[in-house]
Amino acid sequence: MAGQTLYDKLWSQHLVKERDDGTALIYIDRQLLHEVTSPQAFEGLRLAGRKPWRLDANLATPDHNVPTTLAERAEGNTGIKDPVSLIQVQTLDDNCEAFGIEEFRINDARQGIVHVVGPEQGATLPGMTVVCGDSHTATHGAFAALSHGIGTSEVEHVLATQCLLAQKMKNMQVRVEGKLGTGVTAKDIVLAVIGRIGTAGGTGYAIEFAGSAIRELSMEGRMTVCNMAIEAGARVGLIGVDDTTIEYLRNRPFAPSGEQWDAAVANWRNLVSDDDAVFDKVVEIDASEIEPQVSWGTSPEMVTGISGEVPDPAEAPDETVQRSYVRALEYMGLAPKQRITDIRLDKVFIGSCTNGRIEDLREAAKVAKGKKVADSIKLAMVVPGSGLVKRQAEAEGLDKLFLEAGFEWREPGCSMCLAMNADKLEPGEHCASTSNRNFEGRQGYGGRTHLVSPAMAAAAAIAGHFVDVRQFADVAPVQEA
Amino acid sequence: MQKFERHQGLVAPLDRANVDTDLIIPKQFLKSIKRTGFGVNLFDELRYLDEGYPGQDVSKRPLNPGFVLNQDRYQGASILLARRNFGCGSSREHAPWALADFGFRVVIAPSFADIFYNNSFKNGILLITLDEETVDRLFKAVEANEGYSLDIDLEHQRIVTPEGELIEFSVDGFRKHCLLEGLDDIGLTLQDEPAIRSFEQRHREARPWLFRQAP
Repeated sequence: MAGQTLYDKLWSQHLVKERDDGTALIYIDRQLLHEVTSPQAFEGLRLAGRKPWRLDANLATPDHNVPTTLAERAEGNTGIKDPVSLIQVQTLDDNCEAFGIEEFRINDARQGIVHVVGPEQGATLPGMTVVCGDSHTATHGAFAALSHGIGTSEVEHVLATQCLLAQKMKNMQVRVEGKLGTGVTAKDIVLAVIGRIGTAGGTGYAIEFAGSAIRELSMEGRMTVCNMAIEAGARVGLIGVDDTTIEYLRNRPFAPSGEQWDAAVANWRNLVSDDDAVFDKVVEIDASEIEPQVSWGTSPEMVTGISGEVPDPAEAPDETVQRSYVRALEYMGLAPKQRITDIRLDKVFIGSCTNGRIEDLREAAKVAKGKKVADSIKLAMVVPGSGLVKRQAEAEGLDKLFLEAGFEWREPGCSMCLAMNADKLEPGEHCASTSNRNFEGRQGYGGRTHLVSPAMAAAAAIAGHFVDVRQFADVAPVQEA
Repeated sequence: MQKFERHQGLVAPLDRANVDTDLIIPKQFLKSIKRTGFGVNLFDELRYLDEGYPGQDVSKRPLNPGFVLNQDRYQGASILLARRNFGCGSSREHAPWALADFGFRVVIAPSFADIFYNNSFKNGILLITLDEETVDRLFKAVEANEGYSLDIDLEHQRIVTPEGELIEFSVDGFRKHCLLEGLDDIGLTLQDEPAIRSFEQRHREARPWLFRQAP
């Protein structure tokens, strides 16, 4: 018999029951909750007179709606000016209090984006099943945790039963071998993968990322890669356990300690795909060929290297794609064959569950150090992924470095990744963003998002247009028009 | 959940691939803590010419006359015909809530994103996957014939066209059963409570570190 993939192992370790038609109940070890997708789930529990199955499996924090300026945050929930946002955050607090669920509230130092908070607390562990009413739950797969983004009905289902109704997915391996070039990062790997397989390429699959280039990544980098598995259509992204995984988790607050740590580590070592495991699909990518990536369109698959250009719809492979290209160029205000380096920017956003971790901020800071944000940039903001990331960055002096360069240094939250708070683009504005989605209107009505790595975003902020971060020192800033 | 057995309805064509859930219902409307009332903001950025915000009087907003759901011939549509990878992106269940609230009971497309697929069935919306060629043929038929409607028979898993053609579709047994009976997933799962308890016990013994109390 062929060996098992990591996904197969995690699935069978959590299988409670499988029906004849393939629908299964899988046990859920951890549920992360935030204010946007949980209120209707709690309401459903109340209406049905049900209680959460296991309180200690849940951890909550508000992230999508929270303001990010210090002045607003100083006032706690009352600093949230939008009354509808305030109700949503208050409702999370009330629900957690009423049901007895652990919550890191708005000004708790541990508050932040759920997908940054879970791992940094050790609340995400290898071998777990993790769910959250948020598609970027795929992030936690970096720890060999089987993680699903789910809808609100499923949030309620997991609260009430500690199980998720699921069907087993197919296995895909994305193998990235070789060495990344200088200035090329985890974000560029995952954007290149999405560019290759498309936004529906992973639909129906659990994607395991493997290969020497993935093994070389830090946990932060691995989280960036798994985070965007959903942008390739896969609900689940995974990476096998190794020393990097284990060292990251040592001494985290929710991680086991003492003898239990040793037992856990021995168990975690098995959380890799067997050498003879068979994948339904394998995609191979040469790391050395990946350039810094920039998205030009309104879907994450509309992406190219920094030396590339915007495609010509006339050269699209089929009619449906051609129409998407025409529509995307119109929305983005770009011309066919326009060079990526000629795209001028209005705003720069560094943060999000994709790139709001300490390593991301360090990479951006390295580029911004001693330089100035171009005069043509209306706003360049750095939003740490959590209060603890912010604290660490400040301990390293990164905040001062960003401020001196002309960036704004904000309080943690999802911020301009989806613009549910006040941080947003105005119609027509181009933004270099380290977030995960460039959909129409995602960062604000009529806003134009370009997805890039933190280093590329910082370089774009300095230059006022996209530049190849690998040759950044040679690029002069644009003069104000 | 509302039962779904057989449904006859007018078809509206949305000729666009990779329709994401941000487009189905933009983020500013996700601030509601209810499950209803999202229909007026379905496809908000395509449907209206101005920027929408929660609590607005939508009757005063300028409509985009070019958008399919604003056209007279598609008023009252309950079946949406779409292109590949419909419902990609964010896991927001507000997307199917908005579709259902607007009056859609069925979406037909060559493919759907996984999370959206799950979310829709939990809200009584039937998603039908057909091959690209058939979908393309339906697009042409809808555009050529005003008042084009389809008869969807879930029990027998087939669509009857106005010309009398039968198009078969597949749907997994469990989802079909839940839709036909209008079943509540949670109630069904709780029938397996003893199996969950005994699994939980074994799981706790094998991997006690997964059951630690918060520090």
